[in-house]
Amino acid sequence: MFSNAMTLLIAKGIGETLYMTLVSTLVAYVFGLPLGLALVATDKDGIFPFAGINQILGIIINILRSIPFLILMVLIIPLTRAITGTIIGSTATIVPLVIAAAPFIARLVESSLKEVDHGIVEAAESMGATPWEIMFKVLLPEAKPSLLVGSAIAVTTILSYSAMAGIIGGGGLGAIALNYGLYRYQKDIMIITVILLVIIVQILQETGMKIAKRSDKRN
Amino acid sequence: MKNSDAIIRLQDLCKTYQSKNTTVYALDKINLEIKRGEIFGIIGMSGAGKSTLVRCINLLEKPTSGDVIFDNQNLTLLSPQKLREARRSMGMIFQQFNLLMQRTALENVCFPMEIAGIKKQEAQARAAELLEIVGLADRKNSYPSQLSGGQKQRVAIARALATNPKVLLCDEATSALDPNTTRGVLELLKDINKRLGITVVIITHEMSVIEEVCQRVAIIDSSKIAEIGTVEQIFTSPKSDAAKHLIYQEPKKENSFQEKENRCCRIVFNGGTAFEPILGKMILECQDTVNILYANTKNIDGEVYGEMIVQLPKDDRSANRMLAYLKNTNVQAEEVDYV
Repeated sequence: MFSNAMTLLIAKGIGETLYMTLVSTLVAYVFGLPLGLALVATDKDGIFPFAGINQILGIIINILRSIPFLILMVLIIPLTRAITGTIIGSTATIVPLVIAAAPFIARLVESSLKEVDHGIVEAAESMGATPWEIMFKVLLPEAKPSLLVGSAIAVTTILSYSAMAGIIGGGGLGAIALNYGLYRYQKDIMIITVILLVIIVQILQETGMKIAKRSDKRN
Repeated sequence: MKNSDAIIRLQDLCKTYQSKNTTVYALDKINLEIKRGEIFGIIGMSGAGKSTLVRCINLLEKPTSGDVIFDNQNLTLLSPQKLREARRSMGMIFQQFNLLMQRTALENVCFPMEIAGIKKQEAQARAAELLEIVGLADRKNSYPSQLSGGQKQRVAIARALATNPKVLLCDEATSALDPNTTRGVLELLKDINKRLGITVVIITHEMSVIEEVCQRVAIIDSSKIAEIGTVEQIFTSPKSDAAKHLIYQEPKKENSFQEKENRCCRIVFNGGTAFEPILGKMILECQDTVNILYANTKNIDGEVYGEMIVQLPKDDRSANRMLAYLKNTNVQAEEVDYV
């Protein structure tokens, strides 16, 4: 149906998409997880109540989350260039993806941690646990299944963002869909890439949910 | 030191919450002494402040003013680090058990020892031992979701005992359990108190829990201590309205059918007189009958106590004669409004 070159291109696209998505998710968690923890800890009912810090973090996160991804990509071109040395290709796309995803992940982490029953935290306090111990031995392990569900949501959202990056010269399946499907009217290629994206999302989502379910000892 | 037999002493303890223009008193000048080795009950209706009170004992809630003296140490003056150390000498169990859901029973019991820096192997051995004490040796690898309510509370008790506490604080520990399971858990608490000599503080809204295990009890009503004394004292002659309410609360619900015009009398038997046919003799003597509305005998800490509420005859002369008769015997009798 397709030439060898086209098959290779699509294979490469899959590789790039997975590369962008997974690396971005990982790096975004490096920032988002501590940010989410900080949000929960500094909350007025948290283990380290600190209203000022909590508000500032909240505002920064909300600002970052309210900038449309397309505009964010253009906005931070200088930063992207400074970090990766280029503004096109998959590696360059990781920078805006991380910046867009980290605050989103922080909110996901925040809501997962807030699901942990306050009574359990109180019990740990009554045993003389330090705030750090409560964070790492109570909140994170107790929220683990929910955090894993969150990561499945995060990774699929980042995947769809990564496809958008094709517009400004990012790589991956999104770029192929735009370049061949939109600009060259090769509808079949567009459909194929969309189907592939759907399949990848399904696999990532299902795997994430399965892992989350297996790790949950509540049922 | 003064009062060295008191393990917990609360002095003028106040806890207030500030809302916009008013100050709400959750605890109002609480003075309380809990003796080493006793089982002490704190009872009150919901909203009376008893949960706040127990949380002030280990400073999960910071009192607004007043002192908490635990084992001759003023907790309110301690640094956070010292306070955490002191908390290890106070186990606590909760109504909702508050177990770590992602850990097995054994791992849950290991948790406080992990925090206290006890070696893992040592902790696991001790945890297994504790689970055996609470009768759950065979469930040590179960997760909380696989255990019943009573079993969860037993795990929580084992966990609370892990760091060899001097005091066990129980916050409505049996309120989420059915009567049979409640009895089992209370038996366990009694046993722990006897065998390990741990002081037990029980917070509850159920008089039956107090009767079953406590030696002394404080009644807390609208943020204040209404009455304090031995369980026998409070049970046989409650003075405060709150105490009376709590003691009569149960029969009241069961019987609301009798006519109002009949006078009622509450007769309290204690110890020896519980087995004398006082009522029978009275009926023969006074030549009139009474209607028994409620009767109950209870075993309070090894002695038999009985309570009975009878409806006196409509005829005032017979009724008065009966009251006079009862006054001359060694039972306590008082006229009560009983509707």
